[in-house]
Amino acid sequence: MQYHSPTSFDAAVQLAQDATGVTRFLAGGTDVLVQMRAGMVTPDVMIDVKKIPGVKDCVRHADGRWVIGIAVSGAELGANAELVADWPGVVEGMELVGSTQVQGRATLVGNLCNGSPAADSVPGLVAAGATVRVSGPNGVRQVAIEDIPAGPGKTTLAKGEMITAIELPPRGDSGGDCYLRFIPRTEMDIAVVGCAINVVLEGDKITSARIALGAVAPTIVVVPEAADAIIGTALDDGALEKMVAAVRAACRPISDKRGTAEFRTHVAGVLARRAAETALRRAKGEKA
Amino acid sequence: MSKIHVTTTVNNEVVEFLADPRETLLDCLRDRLDLTGTKEGCGTGDCGACSVTVDGTLVCSCLVLGVEAEGAKIETIENMAQDGALHPLQRKFIEHAALQCGFCTPGILVAAKALLDKTPDPTETEVRYWLAGNLCRCTGYDKIIRAVMDAAAEMRGAA
Ligand code: FES
Ligand code: FES
Repeated sequence: MQYHSPTSFDAAVQLAQDATGVTRFLAGGTDVLVQMRAGMVTPDVMIDVKKIPGVKDCVRHADGRWVIGIAVSGAELGANAELVADWPGVVEGMELVGSTQVQGRATLVGNLCNGSPAADSVPGLVAAGATVRVSGPNGVRQVAIEDIPAGPGKTTLAKGEMITAIELPPRGDSGGDCYLRFIPRTEMDIAVVGCAINVVLEGDKITSARIALGAVAPTIVVVPEAADAIIGTALDDGALEKMVAAVRAACRPISDKRGTAEFRTHVAGVLARRAAETALRRAKGEKA
Repeated sequence: MSKIHVTTTVNNEVVEFLADPRETLLDCLRDRLDLTGTKEGCGTGDCGACSVTVDGTLVCSCLVLGVEAEGAKIETIENMAQDGALHPLQRKFIEHAALQCGFCTPGILVAAKALLDKTPDPTETEVRYWLAGNLCRCTGYDKIIRAVMDAAAEMRGAA
């Protein structure tokens, strides 16, 4: 295996483009090293991105946008009080990934590109309307988070392309988000179902919302019908019920040892209701 | 496959080794530097027996490549006792009988120290969640948690 640690994105892209054989990018390594150990992946070329300037930065710009570097760990996100205040749902999703030790290394982009439908950090990013900057042989493009996963273990990135940053939109004054997952214990497990909701309020009415589900389909799914059910409302019972029904209708889960399809569909609705209520409280500036 | 020359600081000492790029930091510590206090339980990030700190951050050394250690500062269990005196955590583990076979112990001590360095007065719940990635097949955890709480109290001067 060749190991490279380029010091610019251009050099990293060039290396990836020129690479022959199995190529992997290395940030936190908490997926790829496990896959190597299990014999699932045997990279010929490993491109460590951590020497590229800016990959450890997590910055809020003057317009309120957040730009998060691709090697920022879960622990570093959790320690960023301003980011937690703006996007608690995004951060709580990431912080559910793995142990303290894993949190010291694991990254949002790694979780995204691992392509698991159960990835805990991805629904929160999708609900937030986050995008990623992708560099490749044909230049730079900005891609919505939900357009990156292509199915379990697969992404839509082409050979030679790499994600160079994550961008979160400005939070604004009265927005709130939340991510909840169901696992049969309280820690160190993979989501049976996950649900993230992001709302923006004007007065006490929701003016925009995004809802994303994890582990109920081959990829993370966005459910615009569920968001439509609560937009224009103050999240009254009727709106919540319509939202829950839309969430359940969007579920196409498999049955496996972690839960049956029926159970997952039911729990998705339960989590959506709770996440919506918490997102709303956060949007109102309450501690939740 | 050519080996890569790595210069790094382990337990405040500058060391050098040649690493196969696929080799983990855990294997480099144990096999190249003879620091065998760090254990391998699983090799896949599940058990925490291989816990070390890299630039002050607690990690599983089985999930770090040896070549990534270039220029880093690494601390292992071997650095815990100072000048022959056990660290309070180590003493409390003995007092509370918080180990049986002892295989998980170095990793748990390193992880617990990382917690107490940043949170000197943790709740029991914080300790349990912080150590959730450190598996022990012998003790049932209770004595481990008590030993950590007691060590924290002593280190704060509250015991
Ligand atoms: S050996 Fe590294 S976590 Fe088990
Ligand atoms: S004492 Fe044996 S594994 Fe913990």
